[in-house]
Amino acid sequence: MDQVLSYYPGCSLHGTASEYDASTRAVCELLGIRLEELEDWNCCGASSAHAVDHELSVLLPARNIALAAKADKDLFIPCAACYGRSKVAQAAMTEDAGLRAKFGEAVGMEYRDGVAIRSMLDLLADPDVLQRIRAGVKRPLRGLKVACYYGCLLVRPPKITGAADYEAPETMDRVVEALGGTAVPWSYKTDCCGGGLVLGRPDVVGRLIDRLMTRAVEAGAAALVTACPMCQGNLDTRQKDAAQALGRDYQLPIFYISELIGLAMGHPKPEAWWKKHLVDPRPLLGTI
Amino acid sequence: MEQIASAGGSASPPTAVTPDPSFLRQVEKAGGATISPCFQCVKCSSGCPLTFVMDLLPNQVIRCVQVGLKEEVLRSDTIWLCASCETCTTRCPNGVDIAHLMDTLRQIALRENVTPSQPGIVATHAAFLAEIRARGRVHEMFLVARHKLRTRNWTRDVALGWEMFRRGKLKLLPKGVKGRKWLKERVPRVN
Repeated sequence: MDQVLSYYPGCSLHGTASEYDASTRAVCELLGIRLEELEDWNCCGASSAHAVDHELSVLLPARNIALAAKADKDLFIPCAACYGRSKVAQAAMTEDAGLRAKFGEAVGMEYRDGVAIRSMLDLLADPDVLQRIRAGVKRPLRGLKVACYYGCLLVRPPKITGAADYEAPETMDRVVEALGGTAVPWSYKTDCCGGGLVLGRPDVVGRLIDRLMTRAVEAGAAALVTACPMCQGNLDTRQKDAAQALGRDYQLPIFYISELIGLAMGHPKPEAWWKKHLVDPRPLLGTI
Repeated sequence: MEQIASAGGSASPPTAVTPDPSFLRQVEKAGGATISPCFQCVKCSSGCPLTFVMDLLPNQVIRCVQVGLKEEVLRSDTIWLCASCETCTTRCPNGVDIAHLMDTLRQIALRENVTPSQPGIVATHAAFLAEIRARGRVHEMFLVARHKLRTRNWTRDVALGWEMFRRGKLKLLPKGVKGRKWLKERVPRVN
C-alpha cells in the first residue's frame, strides 16, 4: 500500500533527536509510507510559548497547519510536544473566529485547515500498519524486556488527543509484542519526566526521572521505549546524574519505538542510531 | 544551589482573608479557565507529579485565585514549577482546566513584572522565545547559550554538553525559516 504524508520533524528532530528522525524515516520507508517534509515549517512554540503568550502559542503551529493544508495531505508529527501543541492550536483555531482573523493579520497568509494531524501513536495504532510491521519482522527481539513509556502529550488532555486509553495506553506495547519482544506491565506509563523544566531545574527533573527509572527496573525492564524526543532526551542524558544524586545504580538504554521497529525489520544500519545514545544500547542488544 | 522542599504545600496561604473577586475577574478576562466549579476535591493535587517541590498545591492555587490572594499566587513557585503535564486537567471531575489556569497566571506575572520565584525556568522561556524571534526555529546549542547568558550559570551541564557533542547529537549550524518576518513583530521579549 502506498501512502504519502506531510512530515513535520520539529526542532528536536533536526538536532539532539536526529536518531528519532532517521529511524522514523527509515521505518516509514520499510512500511511503504512516503514522507514529504513540510516546506519552511516553523517551531511550534513547544513548552514555552504557551507559558508566555496564549495567542502566539496558537499562531505558531497554525502556520504549519496552513502549510500542510496547502500540501493537502495528513500531517505526521512524531514529536509528542509538537503534536500536542499543534492539536491544541487546531482546536483553538476551529473554535475561535477571533484567532482566525488575527492569524491573517499577524502571519500574512490565509488560514486553511482540513488536515488530520497524526502522532507516532496514531500511526502505529492503525491495524494495517501493525500488520505490515508484524509481517516484516526479520530479526525478532526475543528476550528483550522493555517498559513502554508514553509520557504526557501523546495522550493528554484526551479532549485534544482523542486518546481513549489515556491512563494506560497500549499502542507501543502491542508493537513491541509484534516485534517479538516483551513489554512489561507497569504503572508509570504516562507519568511526567519534567520535560521543559530541564534547563531551569535539573534537580527537580532528576527526581522525576528517578521515579520512572526505579519503577521500570522494579517491573523487570532492561530498557525503556518512548515516542517523544523530550522524554528520550531527559531519560537518556539525565539518568546518570539522577542515579548519582540519589544513590542508585540503574543504567538503562532509552529507545525510540521507531528504532526498535527498524532493528527488528532488518534495517541495515541501526549502528548510526545507537551511536547517538548516551547509554549505549549495544551491550543489551548483544544479549538478545 | 536551589533546594528541593521536603513536602508540597509548605507555604500555606493565610487562614483568614477577606475575599476580593477582582483577581478572579482579571484571570477570567485574561482567558484563564473557568474555575468556579472547583469544590476542592484535591484530585488535581493528588495526581500532580510536582507537588514535592511546590509551595502552593494546585487546589490551593485555585482557592487563592477565588478569594483574591493575588500576590501569593503570582509570587509562588508553583506557577513556574507546573510542568504542563495536563494530568490535573485530564482528571478534574468538574472540567476545570488547571494547566491552562497555570499558563494564564504565568502570563499575568510576566506582564505585571512580578519577580519570578524560579528565575531559571523563566530564563528557559525567555531563551526559547528569543530563538523563535531570531530564526523561527530553535537551535538547541544557541538555546542553552542564551539560558547561560541569563542565569550566568557557566559550569552546569558542561560535561554533559561535551558527551552530547562527542556523539554527534549537537547540530552546529542553525537554520532559519524564510517566512519569519512576522515573528520579529509578534514574538514578545521576556524580561
